[in-house]
Amino acid sequence: MDLINNLILGFGTAFTLQNLLYAFGGAVLGTLIGVLPGLGPVATIAMLLPSIYSLDATPALIMLAGIYYGAQYGGSTTAILINVPGESSSVVTAIDGYQMARQGRAGAALAAAGLGSFFAGCVGTVVIAAFAPPLTELAFKFGPAEYFSLMVLGLIGAVVLASGSLVKAIAMILLGLLLGQINTDVISGTPRFSFDIPELTDGINFVVIAMGIFGFGEIIANLGQPAEHREVFTKSVKGLWPTKQDFHDAWPAVLRGTTLGSVLGVLPGGGALLSSFAAYTLEKKLSKHPEKFGKGAIQGVAGPESANNAGAQTSFIPMLTLGIPPNAVMALMVGAMTIKGIQPGPQVMTSNPELFWGLIASMWVGNLMLVILNLPLIGIWIKLLTVPYRFLFPAIVVFCCIGTYTLNNNNFDVFMTAAFAVVGYIFYKLSCEPAPLLLGFILGPMMEENLRRALLLSRGDWSTFLSRPLSAGLLIAAALMVVVVMLPSIKNKREEAFQDAD
Amino acid sequence: MKIKSQRDFWSGLMFVVVGVAFAWGSAVNYSFGSSARPGPAYFPFGLGILLALLGAVVLFKALTIESEGGQPVGAFAWKPLLIVVGSIVLFGFALPRLGMVVTLPLLITCVSFASDEFHWRDALLSSVVLTIGSWGIFVWGLNLVIPVWPTFLGG
Repeated sequence: MDLINNLILGFGTAFTLQNLLYAFGGAVLGTLIGVLPGLGPVATIAMLLPSIYSLDATPALIMLAGIYYGAQYGGSTTAILINVPGESSSVVTAIDGYQMARQGRAGAALAAAGLGSFFAGCVGTVVIAAFAPPLTELAFKFGPAEYFSLMVLGLIGAVVLASGSLVKAIAMILLGLLLGQINTDVISGTPRFSFDIPELTDGINFVVIAMGIFGFGEIIANLGQPAEHREVFTKSVKGLWPTKQDFHDAWPAVLRGTTLGSVLGVLPGGGALLSSFAAYTLEKKLSKHPEKFGKGAIQGVAGPESANNAGAQTSFIPMLTLGIPPNAVMALMVGAMTIKGIQPGPQVMTSNPELFWGLIASMWVGNLMLVILNLPLIGIWIKLLTVPYRFLFPAIVVFCCIGTYTLNNNNFDVFMTAAFAVVGYIFYKLSCEPAPLLLGFILGPMMEENLRRALLLSRGDWSTFLSRPLSAGLLIAAALMVVVVMLPSIKNKREEAFQDAD
Repeated sequence: MKIKSQRDFWSGLMFVVVGVAFAWGSAVNYSFGSSARPGPAYFPFGLGILLALLGAVVLFKALTIESEGGQPVGAFAWKPLLIVVGSIVLFGFALPRLGMVVTLPLLITCVSFASDEFHWRDALLSSVVLTIGSWGIFVWGLNLVIPVWPTFLGG
C-alpha cells in the first residue's frame, strides 16, 4: 500500500520534535493574529513570513500551514463572539454564531465550530493523501500549452467564484500579471521595466506586495474609519461542552459540510470561502426549521465551519500537485516555497517526498493542536479581543517593517512596500478586490514561460492551444465559466448570494 | 456626460492608463519577436492591450449604467495615509543608520499619531514593549541580521 507507506513517511517527518514545535508555533501564532479583529489570513501569513526566513523548507511550510489553520480558526472565534468575521470565509459563521453568543450559547457555538473543523480536517487530510499522487501523474503529461490553459482556467475560476464585479476582477488579474513582468526576461536576459534600478531586475518580491497591499493598505483603511464600539461577549462563555441535543443537531451538518468542502476546495477559486457559503445554503434548504437560521441555529455554525476547514485543506491539492495556487493564501504558500528554493509543481512529490508527505501529515497534527489550543484556552483568546486598535496597529506596522527589511537586508524593499501601501489604499477606495492581483502576480512569470514555450514548439501557431484536446478542454471550461456567470439569471443569484453575506 | 459610478470610473481609468503604459513601454524598449519566436515584449504587450481594453469596458459601464447613489469614492483618509506611509519610509532610512533601538521607538511613536485616540503614555508603552519584543523575537529568537545599535556607536 503506497498510501500507507507515504503516510508513514509523512507522520515520521511531522512527529519529529522540531516539526511538532513548528506546527504548534504556527498554530499559536496564527490563532493569536487571527483573533485580532480586522486581519484576514492573507495579511496574517504575510505579516508572519519573517518567522520562516531562517528555517529549512519543510519546517517552514509546516509552520505556514499551521499559521493558516490558526488564522482560519481565529477568524471563526471573532465571528462568533463579536460578529466581526476575521476573514471572508467565516462571514456566514457570524450569522448564526453571533446569535448563539447573544443567547448565552457562545460555548456551544465555539465547540461546534472547533470539533466540526477538526473532523473536517481529518477527512481533508485523507482526501489530499489519496488524490494528490494520481493528480501528480496527470500533471506530468502536461506540456506547456496545457499548463498555460490550466493557469487561465485557474485564474478565471478564482474570480468567477468570488464576489464583486467580474470585469474588474479580471482586470486586477491582468494588473498582477503585468507587475510580474517587472523582472529580467528568462529567455533573452533583457531586464524589463526596471528603470535601471538594479533591485528591480530581480523582480518585485511577493512579500512586498502582500505586506503593502494586504497589511498596510488594510491598516490605513481601518484607521480612516471612525472607531467602532463593539459588544464583546466575554463573560457569557460558560458551559463549553454542547448539550446532547446540540450534538444530535450538529453532526449531520458536519458530515455534509465536510463532503461539500472537500469537493469544492479542489476547484480553482473554491477553497474555504465558497465552501462555507454553499454549506450554509445547503443546511438552510435541508432543515425542517429554516426559520431558525439567522436566529442561532447550531447547524448554521457547524456546517459552514466544517466546510471551510475541509475546503481550506483540499485547496492544497492544486497547489501541491500542479504548483498552481487556487486562492491568495495558496499564492503566498507558493511564494514561500520559491523563497526556500523549491520550484512548485508536480515534481515536488518525487524530489521532496519528506516535504510533501510531512506537510500533509502535519495538517492533521495542526488541526488536533488547534482543538487542544482553542477549546480549553478560549479565555486567553477572548482577552485578546479586547485589546484596543491603537495598541494593535503599531505592532502590525513594526512586524511588517522588520519583515520587509529582513527579506534581503535592504531598505529598498521597505520603500517599495510603502509605495504598495498607497496602491493598496487606492484599491480599497475604488473597491478593487486585491486577491486576484496577488494570484496573477505569482503566476505571471510561469504563465509567460509556458506561453512562449508552447508557441516555440508550435512554430508560432496559436491554434496549438485548441488543437491539443486537454488544453482545449481546459480553455473551454474557462470560457464556459465566464459565460455562465454572465447569464442574467445566474448573475442575479450570484449577487443575491453575496449580498446575504453582507 | 455624467459619471454614473465614481469608483468604476476611476478604476477603469487606472486600468487603461496602466495597460497603455505597459504596452507602450514594452513596444518601444524591447524586441517583440514573432509568434514563432516571442521576444521579451511579446507577453507584456499583449497583457497591456488586454488590460486597457477591459479598463475601457469598465469606463464605459461607469458612464452608462446607473448605480446606487453614484458610488462615490469618498474622502481620502489623508492623515493615516500620510502618517503610515511616511513612518514606513522613515523606518527604511533610519534602520541601517540608527539601528533597532532608536528606529523602532521612533517608528511606533510616529505611526501612533495616525490614530484618533493618540496618547503619549500609550505610545511610549507600545514603544518599550514592542522594541524589546522585536529584539527578542527577531534578533535573539530567529537570528535575523538586523542592525541593533546606531552605527556611530560602533555597534
